[in-house]
Amino acid sequence: MAPILEVRNLTHVYSAGTPFEHRAVDDMSFSVQRGEFIGIIGHTGSGKSTLMQHLNGLLKPTSGQVLLDGVDIHSDKKFTRQARFRVGLVFQYPEYQLFEETVYKDIAFGPKNMGLKAEEIDRRVREAAKLVGLTDAQLEVSPFDLSGGQKRRVAIAGVIAMEPEVLILDEPTAGLDPASRAGILENIETYRKTKNATIMMVSHSMNDVARLTERLLVLSGSKLAMDGTPAQVFTRADELLDMGLDIPDVTRVFLRLKQLGLPLEPVYTIEQAVAAVKKLKEGK
Amino acid sequence: MSAIKVEKLAYSYVGLEQGQSVKVFEDLDLEIEQGTFVAILGSNGSGKSTLAKHFNAILLPGGGKCHVYGMDTADEELLIPIRRSVGMVFQNPDNQIVANVVEEDVAFAPENLGVASPMIRHRVDNALKQVGMYHYRTHAPHLLSGGQKQRIAIAGVIAMEPRCIVLDEPTAMLDPKGRREVMETVARLNKEKGITVVLITHHMDEAAKADRVVVIHKGVVRADGRPKEVFSDIDYMHELGLAAPETVELCHELNKLGYALPLDLLESEDCAQALYNALGGN
Repeated sequence: MAPILEVRNLTHVYSAGTPFEHRAVDDMSFSVQRGEFIGIIGHTGSGKSTLMQHLNGLLKPTSGQVLLDGVDIHSDKKFTRQARFRVGLVFQYPEYQLFEETVYKDIAFGPKNMGLKAEEIDRRVREAAKLVGLTDAQLEVSPFDLSGGQKRRVAIAGVIAMEPEVLILDEPTAGLDPASRAGILENIETYRKTKNATIMMVSHSMNDVARLTERLLVLSGSKLAMDGTPAQVFTRADELLDMGLDIPDVTRVFLRLKQLGLPLEPVYTIEQAVAAVKKLKEGK
Repeated sequence: MSAIKVEKLAYSYVGLEQGQSVKVFEDLDLEIEQGTFVAILGSNGSGKSTLAKHFNAILLPGGGKCHVYGMDTADEELLIPIRRSVGMVFQNPDNQIVANVVEEDVAFAPENLGVASPMIRHRVDNALKQVGMYHYRTHAPHLLSGGQKQRIAIAGVIAMEPRCIVLDEPTAMLDPKGRREVMETVARLNKEKGITVVLITHHMDEAAKADRVVVIHKGVVRADGRPKEVFSDIDYMHELGLAAPETVELCHELNKLGYALPLDLLESEDCAQALYNALGGN
């Protein structure tokens, strides 16, 4: 199948030719299929944010290409504009960007800019709001009257209402309590399923990416250091720790059990751990 | 001796609608002993941060009392000694750093407190050593990693030589390494320097490192005890929108298969040993 998004030898250098020159993304290449759920992990300054901002054309590569449906998004202004809508970006702490009088107007901002008809905007606002668990009554209140977790949902709904084929989120659960965190992650997964959308999620929570994603891109020192399933990535525990990252706690427990001599394969979620223990018990 | 003593605290803030008043606390009691490491947990909007802001008189009680080392925070005359005793560190390191050079940033607070210059030099060096950032003293803060910046912010507070540090989600924006660095620094300040630490967090594994966990829900203390005690009531934690560290969640799930694993194993090594025994490994 042709990939929805393709990154070819992407390099980005900030302040080129000055003493502050910094190569933030260095020769990264990967491609992404429709419907994939990808986690992006990497230490602070590894290039995650710079990479993200290339994927919908906010930044222009110093060299290399970003292709959306096989077309270079910078080959024509028309394609760059399309990329803005087809690839949705949710930044860190997106609730700081809320500004409208009502939740409804805030969510409608993106679709309105796309030049859609009023009925279509209305359909999208209501659908996006429903998906993130906001009620009709909440659509009419000021976003500033909502709790932190709810504000975050409004901000995410605003991007979802543009119905992007690729949804990219930068730490969508930072600063939220465990229940809100679980709720937002579930909303994202629902969006992926209903629209067959591609999700790329930057996260510092190894537990979250292990549970949700099918594939991990590991960035380190401006390079793409690993690209594989969570199982493949988390077996390289020592390398991850060297990169300033971590492994899920259950993985650590099971690696130790294996060391102690139990015939257990590495796991990275609690569900897998439970399944592995069941299997071990039945095997006896 | 108590570092912080809150009695019958009531607090409301003015809502956005005219005349609307939002009640955060009605009648809250909490006492924190000098030298302890206390984690405060609670879902978003539970009142954790509002409470923390009472600890160094950023907010004043609407009712009841808040005493810091015996000083009433409502007494304006005591504002400076209160702020010297209790330092605050917030979530976003970028909002807390003011200078262009690391050591100048750390010197900012003692300079404002009117500490004599040779003493400032000594305090700044000392504070930077304590957070493991002495080597970076002449660097520009904006070029440091998130974990390093947060440790600079902590050094800035330590340079005031407070007896208590309150940290409001200090690791929310940090990567795993940054989180480890900050948590190790905080634990060391508590164990080696005897500084009282109040840590507000959404990370259950961080709270597990404290001596005591206080759970606040809708402005009321709903659980208070050693981490092992508090987290082992895992169903109650879920009910309050919280969780337990992953090791405890794992044992809880495995117990549904008929095992009888204890629910107070907060370290992966302890969890692995218990599982090893339960699975007949010994």
